[in-house]
Amino acid sequence: MAIPQDRHVEDRPAINRLGLWLFILSDGFLFVVLLTTRFYMQGVQRPAEVNQPLGLAISIVLLLSSLFAYRGETAAAYGDVKRFRRNILVTIGLGALFLAGVVIEWAEGFHFFPPQSTAYGTVFFTLTGFHAFHVVTGLLALVIILLPGQQKRLQSGNHWGVEAMVKYWHFVDVAWVFIFPTLYLVS
Amino acid sequence: MSIVSLGIVRGLMSGALGAGLATGLTMLARSALGAPAWDAGQVTTIAVFVGVFFYLGGLGAFNYWLRWIAGRPDPEHASPPRPHWARYFSFDTNHKTIGVQYMVTSLLVIIIAGILQLIDRLETAQPGMQFLSTNTYNTLMSVHGISMLAAVLIGIAGMMNYVLPLMVGAKDMAFPRLNALSYWIVPPAVILLLVSLPTGGFDTGWTGYPPLSVKAPLGMQFMILAFYIVGWSSILGGVNFLTTIFKMRAPGMSLFRMPIFVWAVVATSVLQIIFTQFVGIAFLMVLLQRLLGLTYFDPNTGKVLLFQHLFWFYSHPAVYIFVLPGLGVISEVLPVFSRKPLFGYKAVAISSLGIAGGGALVWGHHMFAAGVESWLVVPFMFTTSLVAVPTGVKIFSWLATMWMGKIWLQTPMLFAISAIAVFLIGGITGVPQGIVPVDLYLTDTYWIVGHFHATLFGGFVFPAMAAIYFWFPKVTGRLMGERLGKLHWGLMTAGFLTTYMPMFWLGLNGMRRRVADYDPAMGLGPGNVVVTVGGFLIALSMLLFFINLTVSLRRGAPAPANPWGAHTLEWQVSSPPPEENFAAPPKVVGPPYGYGAPTAVHAVLSPEDDAGRKQG
Ligand code: HEM
Ligand SMILES: [Cu+2]
Repeated sequence: MAIPQDRHVEDRPAINRLGLWLFILSDGFLFVVLLTTRFYMQGVQRPAEVNQPLGLAISIVLLLSSLFAYRGETAAAYGDVKRFRRNILVTIGLGALFLAGVVIEWAEGFHFFPPQSTAYGTVFFTLTGFHAFHVVTGLLALVIILLPGQQKRLQSGNHWGVEAMVKYWHFVDVAWVFIFPTLYLVS
Repeated sequence: MSIVSLGIVRGLMSGALGAGLATGLTMLARSALGAPAWDAGQVTTIAVFVGVFFYLGGLGAFNYWLRWIAGRPDPEHASPPRPHWARYFSFDTNHKTIGVQYMVTSLLVIIIAGILQLIDRLETAQPGMQFLSTNTYNTLMSVHGISMLAAVLIGIAGMMNYVLPLMVGAKDMAFPRLNALSYWIVPPAVILLLVSLPTGGFDTGWTGYPPLSVKAPLGMQFMILAFYIVGWSSILGGVNFLTTIFKMRAPGMSLFRMPIFVWAVVATSVLQIIFTQFVGIAFLMVLLQRLLGLTYFDPNTGKVLLFQHLFWFYSHPAVYIFVLPGLGVISEVLPVFSRKPLFGYKAVAISSLGIAGGGALVWGHHMFAAGVESWLVVPFMFTTSLVAVPTGVKIFSWLATMWMGKIWLQTPMLFAISAIAVFLIGGITGVPQGIVPVDLYLTDTYWIVGHFHATLFGGFVFPAMAAIYFWFPKVTGRLMGERLGKLHWGLMTAGFLTTYMPMFWLGLNGMRRRVADYDPAMGLGPGNVVVTVGGFLIALSMLLFFINLTVSLRRGAPAPANPWGAHTLEWQVSSPPPEENFAAPPKVVGPPYGYGAPTAVHAVLSPEDDAGRKQG
């Protein structure tokens, strides 16, 4: 078996990247559990009151935010701090908009399918709740990479922080791509 | 130095402060919203989360990350505090410190959990209720179970942390700060387990099935939070180990030159990062149903069995998390003390992965009597029978390794041999449980208790003892007392047999598990007396062990770098190893177990490391 020669120098970016991917894999299983739970508890039943247009709207918002996050990361990779900041700010704005949408959904949900008395309500609030928690942590992460202390690091060509936080943001986004049809479309 | 400057003291003070603040604020918020200020469940849950956060802050766990956020330099390692012992009570990022911290914590939890069960055994030694209430009995039994499992998770993390980076020739783990964090969230979990005792306890057993766990007293909630925290420690540890193994091996260490222990850690870590989420969510659901009234397990609007599926989907793989590192230790110890290469190295390496993969497909065998869909039952019976195969591979390999070897019966070897025998008992008694009609008779009896204690003693306890006797000289630079060690081994093995062999007979004769009392007419009294006596024998052997440990630590003979003449990398550096393990990366040039061939070499070290080793 051929032996790679470069093992004796510690390859930090590769180490960090593998660690992040493993963490995302593990965290992804959290959503696998919750999605499976939805079908196990409820089959494909869905109350008529689920607000599909709003769900679709916030899905688009979140997907757009990922696009801007991607642009931000690319800018960071090229050391273009100004463009990086602009794009990440838009990402944060869209993320916050998404959260506002979730809040409206929750208000409606409490009315039509309360979590304390309906199975759909229980799975709906659990899934959106855990996801919203991830969105909040993702937003925090994005705010952190905008802090002034981080700029120096970017200018010196190290954009691992940005890469990590943006990857996490994409992950949160992908999770929603599975949650949306599971909660809003199947029936 | 003053006590207050110790990380752990500052952490605990800050944690208490945080929990107090959170309690106050939550009560204020509740009354502002027009609810009664006090709601034990909600207030304490928030207090726990905030408290743990504050505790970590006070400990200094976030300092590195805060420095990173501020854009200041953030070294992987800070210089260790003085005096030397203080580093064990601080947020220290060296994997060797963390390994010792884990191991000591695990032993402490084992003592506590063991005492709880000894109290229960005194009660069940005879029919009739003697001195415990049924509620206390149930609580002690439940806390015993879950604490022991936590102790096992902590214990394997200890072995893996100390040994693994050395074995692969790395200077530390891939993420030292994350590693320290994984350890330091464990002490709050231990405290929470203890808090569950005075807060009403819980009577569900370690499995915590709803609907009982939804209705159980406040103690239940602390158990859930504790387990959740240990679960995260386990996940983060898994991420760290996998990254270390796949990115930081010394040059020349191809996959099939890794010691078997490393393979075991790979399998364990994969199980940890994937399956722990399942049990975490299952327990969180119980918590949410208790606190907010969601209806996961409500018989009308939810599904009661949901919990059992999620729980066992983790907990069957978890039994392999518990034992794989221990089986890895056996595979390390046997070749050294038989002076022969491990028989069938590749098969053993792959069998760890086979166990991990197969383990994912058998969880239903814990639910044969629970009323699962009948079409599910037979497939689980088949998969369960299959999962014994990779385990058998290991047993055959061990026997073949010892066959015609030059067996050197030092304490580690003795424990490894006991481990194999005991693990075999556990494995064999598992097979009939996997056969549905037999299991319907055996389930929830002492047979099951005998089965899983045999697997856990064989897969964790005896191997952990072997590991401690084996690596103690490396960790401390002192030899461990052989004579007391052999006595410990003999007494523990005898204690094990006395305690658990009668359980199979008791189970077959109708002794239910988790009961405080039983019908005197069944004639189970004598068997139960034997079990209790055995329990105290094990406790006595542990006492000898702790005496041996403390005496050897202070007065043991100085250990050379390689007292057992082993080939793997951790033995090629001084005892104890230098702060960063290797001055330069070693070059791995051969297989790990070339014993018996006088010229076989596993690795070549830099001249500097060689010099260090010769000094001791
Ligand atoms: C790797 C070593 C093993 C460990 C650590 C282990 C551990 C356990 C534990 C802890 C339980 C009890 C769970 C409870 O509290 O209800 C259990 C039950 C069971 N084990 Fe094992 N086991 C092992 C190997 C096996 C093997 C090899 C088989 C079969 C081929 C097996 C089959 C079963 C079955 C069918 C049950 C359920 C019995 C019942 O509750 O009715 N186990 N095991
Ligand atoms: Cu099982």
